[in-house]
Amino acid sequence: MKNIHTVTVTGNKNIADGIYMMTLRYKEEEAPEQILPGQFVGVYSKDSARLLPRPISICRWISEDNSIVLVYRVVGAGTEEFASCKKGDTLRILDVLGNGYDLESLKDRSVLLVGGGIGAPPLLELAGRITAENIHEGKGSVTTALGYRTNDLFLKKDFEQVSRVLIATDDGTAGFHGNAVDAVRTAMEKNERLRFNVICACGPLPMLRAVKKLARDLSVPAFLSLEERMACGVGACLGCVVKTVKTDPHSHVKNARICTEGPVFLAEDVDI
Amino acid sequence: MMSNTASRVQTEPDLSVDIAGVHFKNPVMAASGTFGSGMEYGEFIDLDRLGGIECKGVSAVPWEGNKAPRIAEVYGGMLNAIGLQNPGVDVFIERDLKFLSSYDTRVIANVCGHTIEEYLRVVERLRDEKRVDLLEINVSCPNVKEGAIAFGTDPDVLRDITRKIKNIAAQPVIMKLTPNVTSIAQMAKAAEEGGADGISLINTITGMKIDVERGKFALANRTGGLSGPAIHPVAVRMVYEAAHAVSIPVIGMGGIATWQDAVEMMLAGASAVAVGAMNFHDPHCMEKIVAGMEDYAVRHKISKITEIIGAVHD
Repeated sequence: MKNIHTVTVTGNKNIADGIYMMTLRYKEEEAPEQILPGQFVGVYSKDSARLLPRPISICRWISEDNSIVLVYRVVGAGTEEFASCKKGDTLRILDVLGNGYDLESLKDRSVLLVGGGIGAPPLLELAGRITAENIHEGKGSVTTALGYRTNDLFLKKDFEQVSRVLIATDDGTAGFHGNAVDAVRTAMEKNERLRFNVICACGPLPMLRAVKKLARDLSVPAFLSLEERMACGVGACLGCVVKTVKTDPHSHVKNARICTEGPVFLAEDVDI
Repeated sequence: MMSNTASRVQTEPDLSVDIAGVHFKNPVMAASGTFGSGMEYGEFIDLDRLGGIECKGVSAVPWEGNKAPRIAEVYGGMLNAIGLQNPGVDVFIERDLKFLSSYDTRVIANVCGHTIEEYLRVVERLRDEKRVDLLEINVSCPNVKEGAIAFGTDPDVLRDITRKIKNIAAQPVIMKLTPNVTSIAQMAKAAEEGGADGISLINTITGMKIDVERGKFALANRTGGLSGPAIHPVAVRMVYEAAHAVSIPVIGMGGIATWQDAVEMMLAGASAVAVGAMNFHDPHCMEKIVAGMEDYAVRHKISKITEIIGAVHD
């Protein structure tokens, strides 16, 4: 059920250049009953001159503490405002939005997660849930390929606790010199026992296109989490659409709402 | 004079208004394009609190709309270039009107087209739909290449399309006007001469945003329609001018964010108001506006909200 909540900031720290990790606590009676990895919230600015909720994916759900963790990049006045939030401040959020990754479809699978830059955070909740809920019942594994611009490797340690991790950097200062998908291809060519039969990815569009191609080359399904400029966040305004291969059952045209039918789509269903 | 005790038990002010013979429980409605047909926001706000819902524009056949990005935020508002994506009038009838049948709020179907014939097809198709209380004809969308705004910027064309729609429409017809004209009074008069039962304004103001770091247009469509609090004073001025040019009712919209904005719009001459972009900042804003207007009426000892329509003075 979607709703608007006022939540309390219980932590907000700078974890890399321009990247912040913020923990938000719900009032106990308002805490979400379920959150799927890949789902997101809309965070409102206190200044109504900044009209639109900022869509930010959920990096961790700490249900026992009625809290969620958001990791976001400061890209403008809205996220600057969030970065200045102190412990004890409150924020208005619209939640829980989007479809998230379908954990059922990952059962018994060996999963490759591919995260690029600020696309990595939601994959942490996914990796954690796959591991914690023992989705693969010992029959699968989780490997995460993370692409960064530089060796400012935020969340790397967190991913290492729940998956095997491959690192790629654009400038070659850490791990593979290049992007995360090429790091995966190279590791496979070197026969580094990298096996997977499903891919889940979140990151910039060129990376998602490369993931889609990798999945096609290997004949494995890929679930891509997409991003687009959003207004309402709940499916009313039709602002955040992606071209679809087939006619979308809601829109009756070849466009799906990223905020509602997505943000996670099967790669072969979307024309990116 | 009423004592304190008496004022506390004073009957609630009457917020209801009539537009073209249609009774609204209060003058606050959702503006077309920001609210779908209420299905999405209905998950967490009480649609029965609204005077009406101006549904998302509907055409004769499904429309794809524009490429993304379709949205860009600007200070005090936003640009959109959705391009009237919609599933077509058949789906609107089968899905959206069916959904709305269980709510107690007025339904305004917003009609769009590329050609006069396309508008007429939708109006014709909606003739027998009892759930549609009013038609709002969108001759003002800045984001589609042919049609739409072209019908709303030439008074002769506007008069003509209004007349043709009136000839076949079963429901009262509201013409939705664009602010992207030199004289809004002239356009309002043209709609009235064409037989419109009312007018609504303003649609969005054409704008542009450029991403300076990348040197690119923020919107795939390059231009988009500006809405939100930034346009409110323009809307108030235009509603005032239009309302004083015609004798048919005016639905005022454009950047309404608070009950003060809504009251201001009615003082300028609007018989009712619609709230658009602010729904994105606070989905509960329309409920708050209704409550705020009620409180305003009590404080100002206004027994019927219609008393304030056009009541602005020097």
